[in-house]
Amino acid sequence: MAVIRDVMAPFELFQPTSVDAALELLDRHGSSAWVLAGGLDSFDWLKDRIKRPSVVVDLSGVAELKGVQPKGDGLEIGAMTTLTEVVRHPVVQDRYSILMKAAEAAASPQIRNQGTIGGNVSQDTRCWYYRAGWSCYRAGGNICYADTPTAINREHAILHADRCVAVNPSDTSPALIALQAEMVIRGRDGERVVPAEEYFVGPGTDITRMTVLRTGELLTSIRLPGTWAGAHFYFEKVADRNVWDFPLVNVAAATVMSGDTIDRMRIAVNGVAATPLRLPAVENAVRGKKRDDATANAAGDLAIGGAVPLHHNGYKVPLLRNLVRRAVRGTDNVWTS
Amino acid sequence: MDILTWGRTPWGEWMLTHISWDLLWAALFAGFAFLVAHASYMLLSAHRKRDAAETDRLEAARTDLPVRISRHSLAARLFHWVMAAAMFTLLFTAFLPIAGVKFAWVQWHWMAGLVLAASIVFHIIHATVWMDFWSIWVGPKDLPELKAELMRELGREADGPKPGKYPLGNRLYHLVIVLSALVVVTSGLFMMVRVRTPFFTRNPYLLDDAKWGLTYVAHGLAGVALVGLVIAHVYFAMRPEKWWITKSMLLGWITRRQYLEHHDPQRWVS
Repeated sequence: MAVIRDVMAPFELFQPTSVDAALELLDRHGSSAWVLAGGLDSFDWLKDRIKRPSVVVDLSGVAELKGVQPKGDGLEIGAMTTLTEVVRHPVVQDRYSILMKAAEAAASPQIRNQGTIGGNVSQDTRCWYYRAGWSCYRAGGNICYADTPTAINREHAILHADRCVAVNPSDTSPALIALQAEMVIRGRDGERVVPAEEYFVGPGTDITRMTVLRTGELLTSIRLPGTWAGAHFYFEKVADRNVWDFPLVNVAAATVMSGDTIDRMRIAVNGVAATPLRLPAVENAVRGKKRDDATANAAGDLAIGGAVPLHHNGYKVPLLRNLVRRAVRGTDNVWTS
Repeated sequence: MDILTWGRTPWGEWMLTHISWDLLWAALFAGFAFLVAHASYMLLSAHRKRDAAETDRLEAARTDLPVRISRHSLAARLFHWVMAAAMFTLLFTAFLPIAGVKFAWVQWHWMAGLVLAASIVFHIIHATVWMDFWSIWVGPKDLPELKAELMRELGREADGPKPGKYPLGNRLYHLVIVLSALVVVTSGLFMMVRVRTPFFTRNPYLLDDAKWGLTYVAHGLAGVALVGLVIAHVYFAMRPEKWWITKSMLLGWITRRQYLEHHDPQRWVS
């Protein structure tokens, strides 16, 4: 299909200044409305004319969605807070440095200035078959072009594939899962709060969506509890380039030590499945164990259980194993297998 | 309302992808509309019912028959209820997600599909070897019975034949369900080649895009048809005047009185 780039199809633009006004617009226009945050994902879709919404609701003028505020013993981050603001916030730097590292790793400074944390966790997959506008499962069709004998699927899923093998490209998501964050969602019917790991939807449950956001709903903020504040953090991202690139695999872990043993840990990875994955088997296995190579090795082996590589992404299996090892060990040791 | 959905291949060609899910709502509407229409007709019409005295005379004349007449063997009943469980699982796993109830449905769906396919194979063998194979089918020979049934439904006395083992409605329903089930199972088995199962090596290129589109459309059309057919089946199974048939599918037998009241012993081949 010929793709027309850089010339968006016409749409009606709305720029509300409150959440209520935005929700009213989304309710009025239903599935024909497109929510615009920083625009870094959206403008690809719109300029390529793959998505052609008749209405765009630009949230950039909604002040109540911006900023970082204290909330109980933690923080509440507005969904429209830019990644730069997250990275520079002193409490984030001091008590939630894993989120700072993840947000910093997400993109170049220019993109971080424009991109929002809400957009980063809610962005669509980067599978190029899907983004080229072909009628794959995720686009409502009946085939996954990335999971065929001739497909180029180096960046695709090794875990939990269900017809679609696309992966979630967010860097901040695993950090938020490790921090036990909660996502605050508002619709015309009220507010609901879901744990970060339940915010994402796999293809087995709904093949056309990445998150639990329903038509007419907005992610308004992200709450960070104090539970893991100041823990030992580990975040690492492996990408083809060190700037402006999506992760091949990333890992985020928050660890609380008791002497030289692991008291508790939360660990999550991304880039290996259609959703960021929390690894409860690893968390349970390392609890009460010494933070050493043996524990890290066992954790790495657990993390890759059930992995099914495609033709070109077999490298993700040892990559995932080694990143989990390093996160559990807490150091960037080099494992050769 | 759309009927079919279309997509574009990487080569820019239009292809069928599947049916429009608007058809699900149409099938549900049709099923419940039929239910309401039939129930209203049964309440208001003067369909002919054999009076008790007439049945008394019939029964008095045939005391040689056992009190309980076997209608469905244990194997036949087991098939029916296994198939029913598989069918309900298939319909719920297929259509609840479309109705907004989201869950991981694919694995449950194909597993239930395999149970349905296996039960159908069993049924074909069982019916061919151990049952009167032709007693369930309809054909031109049944036109007099159809005419008599219609007259009775209109409240008129009719001398036409009574059914053998299976009432005409049963046989017509069986014919439609056979066609729908064969389409849905055959297309479903092909579609299993596209998903990860322990049974097949995935091969999305087994068919070309056009044939895959037709396969998905056939599966969808048969699926929504089954929604309406199952609604009708459950409705009839629960109607008071049909409850004796439903009961026989649980217990395996009907009474001598029911046998003589509703069937022609000459046409009933066990």
